[in-house]
Amino acid sequence: MIHSLFLINCSGDIFLEKHWKSVVSQSVCDYFFEAQEKAADVENVPPVISTPHHYLISIYRDKLFFVSVIQTEVPPLFVIEFLHRVADTFQDYFGECSEAAIKDNVVIVYELLEEMLDNGFPLATESNILKELIKPPTILRSVVNSITGSSNVGDTLPTGQLSNIPWRRAGVKYTNNEAYFDVIEEIDAIIDKSGSTVFAEIQGVIDACIKLSGMPDLSLSFMNPRLLDDVSFHPCIRFKRWESERVLSFIPPDGNFRLISYRVSSQNLVAIPVYVKHNISFKENSSCGRFDITIGPKQNMGKTVEGITVTVHMPKVVLNMNLTPTQGSYTFDPVTKVLTWDIGKITPQKLPSLKGLVNLQSGAPKPEENPSLNIQFKIQQLAISGLKVNRLDMYGEKYKPFKGVKYITKAGKFQVRT
Amino acid sequence: MEEEFSFLDHFSAVSSTVKSVLGLAESLQVTLKSEPTVEEKGLIDAVIEPLEYTFIIRNEDLKQMLESNKDSAKLDAMKRIVGMIAKGKNASELFPAVVKNVASKNIEIKKLVYVYLVRYAEEQQDLALLSISTFQRALKDPNQLIRASALRVLSSIRVPIIVPIMMLAIKEASADLSPYVRKNAAHAIQKLYSLDPEQKEMLIEVIEKLLKDKSTLVAGSVVMAFEEVCPDRIDLIHRNYRKLCNLLVDVEEWGQVVIIHMLTRYARTQFVSPWKEDDNLEENSEKNFYESDEEQKDKTDKSKVPYAMDPDHRLLIRNTKPLLQSRNAAVVMAVAQLYWHLSPKSEAGIISKSLVRLLRSNREVQYIVLQNIATMSIQRKGMFEPFLKSFYVRSTDPTMIKTLKLEILTNLANEANISTLLREFQTYVKSQDKQFAAATIQAIGRCATNISEVTDTCLNGLVCLLSNRDEIVVAESVVVIKKLLQMQPAQHGEIIKHMAKLLDSITVPVARASILWLLGENCERVPKIAPDVLRKMAKSFTSEDDLVKLQILNLGAKLYLTNSKQTKLLTQYILNLGKYDQNYDIRDRTRFIRQLIVPNEKSGALSKYAKKIFLAQKPAPLLESPFKERDHFQLGTLSHTLNIKASGYLELSNWPEVAPDPSVRNVEVIESVKEWTSISGKAKKVKADEKFYSESEEDASDSNSDSESESESESEDEEKEEGSSEESDEYSSDESDSESDLDNKNQVAKHKSAVTEESDSDADEKTNAKLKSSDSSDSDSSSIEESSSESESDTESEYESRKPSKKEEKKTWPERQPNKKDVSLLDLDDFNPVSTPVAVLTPAISPALIADLEGLNLSASSPVINVSTPVFVPMKTHELLHRMSGKGLAASYHFPRQPCIFGDQMVSVQVTLNNTTDQKIENIHLSDKKLPSGMRMHVFSPIESLEPGGSITVAMGIDFCDSTQTACFQLCTKDDCFSVNIQPPVGELLLPVAMSEKDFRREQGMLTGMNETSAIIIASPQNSTPPVILQKIVNVANLGIVPSGQDNIHRFAAKTVHSGSLMLVTVELKEGSTAQLIINTEKTVIGSILLRELKPVLSQG
Repeated sequence: MIHSLFLINCSGDIFLEKHWKSVVSQSVCDYFFEAQEKAADVENVPPVISTPHHYLISIYRDKLFFVSVIQTEVPPLFVIEFLHRVADTFQDYFGECSEAAIKDNVVIVYELLEEMLDNGFPLATESNILKELIKPPTILRSVVNSITGSSNVGDTLPTGQLSNIPWRRAGVKYTNNEAYFDVIEEIDAIIDKSGSTVFAEIQGVIDACIKLSGMPDLSLSFMNPRLLDDVSFHPCIRFKRWESERVLSFIPPDGNFRLISYRVSSQNLVAIPVYVKHNISFKENSSCGRFDITIGPKQNMGKTVEGITVTVHMPKVVLNMNLTPTQGSYTFDPVTKVLTWDIGKITPQKLPSLKGLVNLQSGAPKPEENPSLNIQFKIQQLAISGLKVNRLDMYGEKYKPFKGVKYITKAGKFQVRT
Repeated sequence: MEEEFSFLDHFSAVSSTVKSVLGLAESLQVTLKSEPTVEEKGLIDAVIEPLEYTFIIRNEDLKQMLESNKDSAKLDAMKRIVGMIAKGKNASELFPAVVKNVASKNIEIKKLVYVYLVRYAEEQQDLALLSISTFQRALKDPNQLIRASALRVLSSIRVPIIVPIMMLAIKEASADLSPYVRKNAAHAIQKLYSLDPEQKEMLIEVIEKLLKDKSTLVAGSVVMAFEEVCPDRIDLIHRNYRKLCNLLVDVEEWGQVVIIHMLTRYARTQFVSPWKEDDNLEENSEKNFYESDEEQKDKTDKSKVPYAMDPDHRLLIRNTKPLLQSRNAAVVMAVAQLYWHLSPKSEAGIISKSLVRLLRSNREVQYIVLQNIATMSIQRKGMFEPFLKSFYVRSTDPTMIKTLKLEILTNLANEANISTLLREFQTYVKSQDKQFAAATIQAIGRCATNISEVTDTCLNGLVCLLSNRDEIVVAESVVVIKKLLQMQPAQHGEIIKHMAKLLDSITVPVARASILWLLGENCERVPKIAPDVLRKMAKSFTSEDDLVKLQILNLGAKLYLTNSKQTKLLTQYILNLGKYDQNYDIRDRTRFIRQLIVPNEKSGALSKYAKKIFLAQKPAPLLESPFKERDHFQLGTLSHTLNIKASGYLELSNWPEVAPDPSVRNVEVIESVKEWTSISGKAKKVKADEKFYSESEEDASDSNSDSESESESESEDEEKEEGSSEESDEYSSDESDSESDLDNKNQVAKHKSAVTEESDSDADEKTNAKLKSSDSSDSDSSSIEESSSESESDTESEYESRKPSKKEEKKTWPERQPNKKDVSLLDLDDFNPVSTPVAVLTPAISPALIADLEGLNLSASSPVINVSTPVFVPMKTHELLHRMSGKGLAASYHFPRQPCIFGDQMVSVQVTLNNTTDQKIENIHLSDKKLPSGMRMHVFSPIESLEPGGSITVAMGIDFCDSTQTACFQLCTKDDCFSVNIQPPVGELLLPVAMSEKDFRREQGMLTGMNETSAIIIASPQNSTPPVILQKIVNVANLGIVPSGQDNIHRFAAKTVHSGSLMLVTVELKEGSTAQLIINTEKTVIGSILLRELKPVLSQG
C-alpha cells in the first residue's frame, strides 16, 4: 500500500523521508513539484497525481505537504485518511505539526512512523496505543531518562492492541476524575445579497476530555436526540445502543478525543445569529469605490455574539483601502488583497460598521463581482441547534467523577454574498 | 551560507538523478556524492555544535560511540544516525558498527537499530546476515511484542538468501498464540511475496490458515495479504465469508476498508444481480425512488419472476450499514461503494447522507468524495437531489472543489430545480475565479441541452454574457452558444448577427473559430453579414491562430458554394494564402477545399456533391459529463480517481447469470448445512415476497448473536486455539436455534458459559484486558435483542424522512412550471445600467422569481394558518344535568366543532335542554358563573319556557383559555338553581387547520425540543389501517388531516382555540404493531394531555 512518505515544506525542501518497502528516490517528488507549480495555489494541488511508475497521494496540513508514494491500486481515501492521522498524531505528540517540531523530534517521528505502518499497512494508529509504545516527549521525562537511563520506548505490547477496546490504555489512574464534554456547533451558511439564506446547516461535534481512572463505562443521553440527523461515531461508541435508545454508551479512550460529529437535520430552521448590511460599489472609470458594511445581531437567543471577524478577499484591482471602523481594527494586505476586520463583541446599542474608500488600479476595468464576506463569530454557552445533554452516567467504577458540559456555537463556512 | 546550502542541496539532487540515470557508474557516484555531503554535513553540524569536525572524524566519532559500552552514548549515536536517514543522507558505511548493537538490551537502541537495518540491509546483504541469528532467537522470546517486532524486521530486510528462514518464521508465527504476532505474520506474507514471488503456493497455504483466524486483529491484515498475493483465489473466501461479515464491525478501521473492498468483489461473483427487478424502477426513478421500497418490491416481485436475495448477500449489506457512521472517511466511502455496487437500487439511497457528511472534511477528502458523487449522480440523480444545496459553491473553495461541485449540480439539474440552479449559477458566472466562471458557462450549456424547457432561457442568458467584460467568459459563452444553436438552428438569426459583431473585439481563438463556424453553417440566414465577415477575415488571415484559419477556410468554402457571386474572389484569395501557410494542416485543408469547390477539369465526380458535403446536416454535439465514462471503475478506487486503470486494479466482475452454489459458504458442521439450504430453498420457492423481510430479520438477530459470541471468544482465542472446533460448534448450533426461534435462554446460557470460560483461562498477562472485554461485551449482548429488532424499523424511518422531501419537490413543481418562462438569466447585474448592490431585490427580478426566492429562503415567514372545516363531528353528548337531580330538567351538551360565533377564542358548545316533567319549565337561564381567571363564557339568552316533553337546543361559547379547567356555573329555572359544570375534553379545545405536508414539516421543525412530546404505543391490530386510525383520532380530537405521502405516517394539524398555537400530531406506524405518537406544540400542557388521551385510543381496539 503506502510505499514511502516525504514531508515537504512550503519552500519545496524535502526534510523527511521514510520508506516502508524498498527505497524510492527523492526524485519522484519532482512530479509533485511540477503539479504544484501548475496549480499556482497550494490549495489547488491535486491530491492524487499519477507518475509513470508511482502514484503520489498528498495532503496539505499546517503548511506542510505529506506526500506518499503508492505503487498499486489502493482506495485513495485510505491513504488520505491515514496521512491526516499521521499529522494528527504529530500534533498530539508535539503540540504542533510544524517543520520545526518534526525536525526537533525526528527520532520520535521515525519511531512513530515505524509503529504506525508495517509494509505500508496501518498497524497502530490509536493515540492511546502509540503513547504506550512511545512516550510523548516532555522535559521532565527527558531529564529523568538521562539520569536513570530508561527510555521512551515501551517494551511490552500495549494491552489495547489485543483487547476489543484498542482505544483505551490499561491502568489509567487519576487523583481527580473528570469528564468534560464540549458541544461545538458550527453554522455553515450562504447568505445571498438580499440577506436571505441560500443554504444553512449546522454541523456539530462533541469533543471529550476524559480523565477517569480504571475502566469507566459511560453513557451520555440527550434531551432531544432526534435533532441529530446524521452522526459519525468514535469507534468506542456502541452503535446498537444508539440505534435502539439514542444513548451514547461507550468506554472512552483516555484523554482528548472526538466523541461524535453530527449534522442537524436540514428540516430544522437554522437561526442565523448575525446579519450584515453591506454596500460595496466600484465606480466605472474612476479609481475608487465605496465600501460600507455593518454587522448586527439577530436571533441570538439572548447571548452575546463575540469574536467576530470579517474576512474579505478583495478583487485583484484593489490597490488599497482607506477605512474607518467604529469598533475593532482592520488590516488590509495589499499583496494577498485580504481585508480582515477584527470586531470583537457586538453591542446592540451601537452596531459596528466599517466604512471608507477603496483605491483601485487606475485604468483597469471595475471588478465584475463584489467580493463575498466570510464571517467568523462565536457564541458561548449556546448550542444553536438546541441540542442539550441530559445526563452522563458512569458504570463500572466506584468513584464519583466531576462532570462538565460546555456549549459553544461558531461560524463555520459562513459566507455572505454581496 | 544559505545560498551555498541550497546550492549544495541542488547539487545532491542532481547527483541522485545522475545516479538513477547512470546506475552503475559507481566511481562517479562516489565522487559526486561524498563531496557535497562532507561539506553539507559540516554546515549542518555547525548549526548544532559550534565545534567543527570533518565528516570522516564525525563518522569515526559515531563509530566510537556505538562501540562504547555506555548505552547512553550508543543511543545518542543511533539517534543521530536515524536523523541522517530521515534526511535521506547516506549512512550506509556505519553498517558494521550499527549491526553489532542489534542484540542490545536497551529497547530503544534496539528499535533504532532495526530502523537502520531495514533501511540498509538490502545494500549490505552480507553484513545483514550477521543479525539474523539475533532475530531467530527473538522469535522465540516470551514477550509477544519482541516476537512480533523480530518478525517485522526479519521480513523487512530484503535479503533474498534468507527467504527460507522467513518462510519458516512466517509459518511459525501464523500459529502463534498472540493474535498480534499473527497479524504481523500476515504482513510478512506480503513482504516475502514481493521479495520472492516463487513462494506463492506456500504463502497461499498460510493465508488460508490465517483466513480462518477468528481474531479481529488479524482479519484486516490477512485479507490485505490475500488481495496482494492471490486475489483470484476466491474459493478461499467462501468458508470465511460469513465470519468476515460478522466480524467486520469489530475489525480496526483500516482492515474494514480492505475487507469491504474484497467482499464487494466477492459478492459480485457469487450472487445474482438484485437490480433486475429494479429495471423498470430505474426508468422512472425520478418518481418513485423514495417510495417505500418494500411495497415497490412487492409489486415488482409479483409482476415478475420472484427474486430472492441470497441471505448471505443480505448479511453483507446489513452488516456494513453501521459502518456508514464511521469517523473514518475511507470506511464510509468503502461502504458507500459496496452499497452502490451490491445493494438493490432502492436501498442505496442511505449512503448519500453519509457521503454528504464527508464533504465537511478536509479538502483532499472532499475532492475524492465529490468525484465519486459526480459519477453516482449521473446514473441515479434521485440519490443526491435532496442534498442539492450541500453542493453549492463557496468563494473560498479551491478551484478543483468548485468545479467538481459544479459538475454535480449540473448532473442533478432537472425541470424542478433548474430555476434555483440557474440563479445559483448566475452568482458563479461572476466569480473572480475565471476558470470557474468558464466552467459555469459550460454547465449552463449542459443544463440547456438536457432540459429543453430552459434552453431558450439559458441561451438568452448566455447571449447577455457576450457583452461581459472578461474575455474568458465571453469566449466560453461563444463556444457554448455555438453548441446550443447547432441543436436548434432555426430562428436565431439575431444571435448570429450579434456574434458576428463580436468578431471585431474578441481575441480568444476558440471563440473566433466558433463564431466563424456558426456563420458558415448559417450563411444562408445571414446573407449580408457572412460575406462581409469573410472579407474582414481575409484581411487578417495571416495573423490568425491555426484554429481560426481552418474555420476561415471552411467559411470561405461554404460561402463560395452558396453565394459564389459575392465571395468567389475572396475565397480564392484566402485559398491562396492558405496554400503557402506554414502549418501543413492548413495547406492540406486548402488543397482539399480547392479541389472540391473550384470546378476544373481534373476535379472528379465529388465536386458535384460539394454543397452536400459542406452543408450537410451535422449532428448536434452531445454535452456530456466528463464523469460519464468513469463508472466502469469500481467507485472509491485509485483508478476511478485518475480515470486510468492503476496497476493492481482488480476488475469488478459482472453479476453471474446464475448464482454459484451457495452451500460453499456453509461452515463444516453438517446440521447447519441442512439449515442453510433449507432456508435458501424456502426463500427461493414460495414465500419470497412476503416472507423475505421477516426472514432476514431473523437472521439479523442470529448473526448478531454470532458476532457477539465470537468477539467474546476472541480474547480467549489467544490461549485456546484448540478450542476453536468447540466454538464452531457453538456457532452452528446457535444458528440452527435461532432459525427456529429466538431463544433467549439459550443466549443467556451461552453467555454465561463464555464468561466462566473466561475466568477459567489462566491470567497470564492480560487479566486486565479480559476484564474489559468481558464487561464490554456483556453490556453489548444485553442489548442485542432490542437493537436488532429495532434496526429494521430504523431503516424504515430513515426512508420516511427522506421520502417526504421528495414529495415536496414534486408538489412544488407544478406550481413552478407556469412561471418558468419568467425565470431568466436576464437579470444579471451587469445588464442593469447602474449596478445597485443594495440589500434589496433588484426590480429586474420578476415577481415569479421573488416567489421562487421566498421558497428558497429558509427563514421565510410562517405560512398562513387556515382553519378548515372539521373532518368529523362526533355526536357524542355529555351530560350536564341529569333529570333526577334537575328535578325533571335534563341538560346535555356536545361540541359541534364549529368556530364559535360569539368570539374567536371561544369553543362553541351546544346545550340541549329537555323537559321531562309534565309542566312547563320557565325562565331557564345561566347564572353565577364561577370561572377560573381568564375564562370567559357567552351564555345563551334565557329561555322563556319549555313545554313538557319539549326539548330545545341552544348554543353558547366558552373560552377555556386552552386549558381543561372546568367551567362551573348554575343552570337556573324560575324556581331552582342547579350547579353544573362543563369540562372540555382536550380534543375539543382545538380547531382543525389545513396545511400542506411541507408546511407541516417546517412548523414541526420549529417545534422541537421542549415543544415535542412523544410516546411509543402498541397499536392494536385493527388499528393498522389508515382509515381506522384517521377515524379514531379525529373522533377524539378536532384535528385536521394533513395529506401525507406515506401510508404509515399520519399527520394532523390543529390550532388551539384560545391562543391559536399550532398543535401538530404525527402518528407513525412501525414494524411490529408499535406506533409512535408525536405531538409538537407550544402549549406543552395541552400537548401532553392530548397525548395521554390519544394513547388509549390507538392501543385499544
